[in-house]
Amino acid sequence: MKSLFAQSVAGRVGYLPEKPEKSAAELLSAHLLRKVEPQLPELSELDVVRHFTRLSQQNFGVDSHFYPLGSCTMKYNPKFTEQAAALPGFTRLHPLLAQMPEGERYTQGALQCLWDMEQALKEITGMAGYTLQPMAGANGEFTGVKLIAAYHKDKGNKKTKIIVPDSAHGTNPASAVLAGYDIVNIESKDGMIDPETLEAALDDDVAALMMTCPNTLGLFETHLPQIVEKLRKVDALLYYDGANMNAVLGQMRVGDVGFDVVHLNVHKTFATPHGGGGPGAGPVGVSEKLLPYLPVGRVEKRADDSFFLNFDYPKSIGHIAPFYGNFGIVVRGLAYIERLGGEGLRRASTFAVLNANYLRVVLQDTLDIPYNRVCMHEFVASAPEGQRALDIAKGLLDRGYHAPTIYFPLIVKECLMPEPTETESKQTLDAFVEALMDAVAEGRDTPEKAHEAPVTLPIRRLDETAAARQMVLTEDMA
Amino acid sequence: MPFVPHTEAEIRQMLAVIGLTSLDDLFADITPELRPRSFNVPAGKTESAVLARMEALAGKNRTDLISFLGAGFYQHAVPSVIDALTGRSEFYTAYTPYQPECSQGTLQAIFEFQTAVARLFDMECCNASVYDGGSALFEAAMMAVRHTKRHSIVVDECINPLWRAQLETWHNEGIVHFVTVPHKNGTSDMAALKAAITDNTAAVMVQNPNFFGAVEDFSELFAHARAHKVLSVISVYPVLQSVLKTPGEMGADVAVADGQSLGQYLNFGGPYLGIMTCRKDCIRQFPGRIVGRTKDVDGETGYVLTLQAREQHIRRAKATSNICSNQALCALRALIYLAVVGRQGLMRVAENSMVMARKAVEKLTAISGVHLLNDAPFGNEVALVLPKPAAAVAASLMAQGIVPGFPLGGLYAGMDNVLLLACTELTSSQQVDALASALASALGGAQ
Ligand SMILES: Cc1ncc(COP(=O)(O)O)c(C=O)c1O
Repeated sequence: MKSLFAQSVAGRVGYLPEKPEKSAAELLSAHLLRKVEPQLPELSELDVVRHFTRLSQQNFGVDSHFYPLGSCTMKYNPKFTEQAAALPGFTRLHPLLAQMPEGERYTQGALQCLWDMEQALKEITGMAGYTLQPMAGANGEFTGVKLIAAYHKDKGNKKTKIIVPDSAHGTNPASAVLAGYDIVNIESKDGMIDPETLEAALDDDVAALMMTCPNTLGLFETHLPQIVEKLRKVDALLYYDGANMNAVLGQMRVGDVGFDVVHLNVHKTFATPHGGGGPGAGPVGVSEKLLPYLPVGRVEKRADDSFFLNFDYPKSIGHIAPFYGNFGIVVRGLAYIERLGGEGLRRASTFAVLNANYLRVVLQDTLDIPYNRVCMHEFVASAPEGQRALDIAKGLLDRGYHAPTIYFPLIVKECLMPEPTETESKQTLDAFVEALMDAVAEGRDTPEKAHEAPVTLPIRRLDETAAARQMVLTEDMA
Repeated sequence: MPFVPHTEAEIRQMLAVIGLTSLDDLFADITPELRPRSFNVPAGKTESAVLARMEALAGKNRTDLISFLGAGFYQHAVPSVIDALTGRSEFYTAYTPYQPECSQGTLQAIFEFQTAVARLFDMECCNASVYDGGSALFEAAMMAVRHTKRHSIVVDECINPLWRAQLETWHNEGIVHFVTVPHKNGTSDMAALKAAITDNTAAVMVQNPNFFGAVEDFSELFAHARAHKVLSVISVYPVLQSVLKTPGEMGADVAVADGQSLGQYLNFGGPYLGIMTCRKDCIRQFPGRIVGRTKDVDGETGYVLTLQAREQHIRRAKATSNICSNQALCALRALIYLAVVGRQGLMRVAENSMVMARKAVEKLTAISGVHLLNDAPFGNEVALVLPKPAAAVAASLMAQGIVPGFPLGGLYAGMDNVLLLACTELTSSQQVDALASALASALGGAQ
């Protein structure tokens, strides 16, 4: 589609503010001003509306298409949460108003949202406290590892390593490295962390194990109690990547089973929209012993039930976000949690797991399912011998479905990872299965045709190699 | 139960297909010892009950005050087309465009965002966003460390202290350390910044306009940095960038910003977006998602995520950053904002904001004992020195419904009497008059 810039007409205006009393040249001396006016597009408001409306129509989203992107929990994003977050009492609130002298008096509602969300997350996960500052899952991981580092430093522990299983998401090792740790990669056995392999990797230098549970193969880590015990022996902490929390709400609380740190993805588990790549929110929960290190300011409640920000935590790691995190996302998540309540959350996980297992069983003759046993909210499969996961994914696009996650986790060959979520009906799953069988049959019977897919969308397969080589990253780099 | 479509009959059918007898069987792997000790999450509510409660909470926030708060985050007008267009669920219910053929809308929008920002900043490359202005500065520091294989970053104290606090938390001594150069009465101490650059310096980082609102030209400092093979990093205010000397013109290697001022609501602190741009020769060290233009098998133009070999999902521990989800929808908002206000509109927003700041300064400095912190040129924000502690003055004005700006005593030593005050195109002359008369009586009252 023609770009915004190509549609620009010199002199055309859209949303044009009043003419200023003075121009920049009259306000500042020339050496402080830009020489050439910024080459932004010149369009009418309707030009802009039509352009972005048409762009939107080239997207698949949860509202228009089944979107079983594994590890991303693409559940339905309820509309009332959008309405809650759009309330002017939230959107127009300057974050520094709360930090003005007596500013908390003017921001009680917002502080209470943060407080309520922290209380809800504590009860849902059994952790002792939360920070809502991290702005996405990976930012939560980084925060969590920073907290672990602060704890060990405070105790005088000299620990340099973090253990990460080979099934982990790429952000886990990347976050731990950013926080200054060396990574010890351990191999999974039968899709799980193997206690013996773990034992061999453990020594006094290990600061923590980062674990995803259910893991990225969609399996519950059945050796969990032994793993916790082994880490305790070397005074190492347990980090829980909560990306897959949608599998276990109300079934297990990470705090109860011995985890010290957990990050949640509000944009997965608590149904806030993924926004085409973000924004999300990645709150981090901690056990009692890590509370002193949480970022400031922490929202606290006085005896008279009013809320305030407490910055007086000398051992705090400081500030992850400039303020209180992605507040607008937290509001949506809180509204969702209040709507569902404890029972609704438990049911969400139950039906997420039911849907995943149903898909797994009905697809077991179509795809190779390496760990074909009761899974949690998602499962992994390999393309049938001789076929490529990529072709199947593109074939699904032609049949009106977003593809599952492909080629992740890295330890499964030609991997497809569907995560249906609880909000999809049996009819949708059945239709998806039919489409998938059809795509696989095409790959088997007419592989050339399968390589051609997609053929029904505005664009066909793109030359990614040329993109990386030619590096056209703006209109002006052509 | 909300948002779960299954009927009793379907549940039975599905369990039968799986070969289980009850829903509880799905969780057999979670043994009794692993079960929750409690799960006392309150019962669910109706949609209207939840919304009523949210409305009540929103109602407890005072957004009706006359406000001169800025400090890097500004209440500019948000044209209604932004909500209307980003409210299209094809945009907001999609995720990262891993499957480009069904995500061209998101991908083309990011490409256009990259173009618009690169043009505004006069830089070559731009990514799809990071979390916020502070994380953008941190990522820029890390880029410089990798690019130069040096570990020290010279940081101007005139950079927003909120972002410097993030740097302090985010950094790791073993990888990167920050050397802060004190401000000189609210302006950058150019000589001291130059003197702080050593053989171990990876980058020098500054901000324009600086936290105190002063507008500066860093060309000479950046030339000095270049001569020492040190990267120049600048944080800018995107709205004012429509008129101010550009990072490109000054010779910056990396230019970053918080994109809040471009069509984002204040939202009590987020979501906003971190904007990152760089020169082409730094691209291999650039973090985050980047969209490139290419062709499909039929020769049609299309867009894809590119240079992914830098990213965590491929490179894992060796990635240029750990970032995965970013602030894509906020970047879309910023793009729509830039498109609808356009070249002329953005300059007008900047100019109107600066004109209002001058009106405020004129009125306020006419009050006995009130003067500007320095005589540096300024944009839409200024630091005013009051004859009394600014926090107490602010508290008394707030009781009258006016937030006069942010008192700087808690952020800078010796600045107890300094107030940081911002105007935008939404500030009215009447509001300025109201502030001036309230301030005059607050100050006069105790004299
Ligand atoms: C298992 C896992 N961990 C961490 C993350 C990172 O979360 P975010 O994208 O919010 O940074 C993801 C995201 O896809 C994930 O699937």
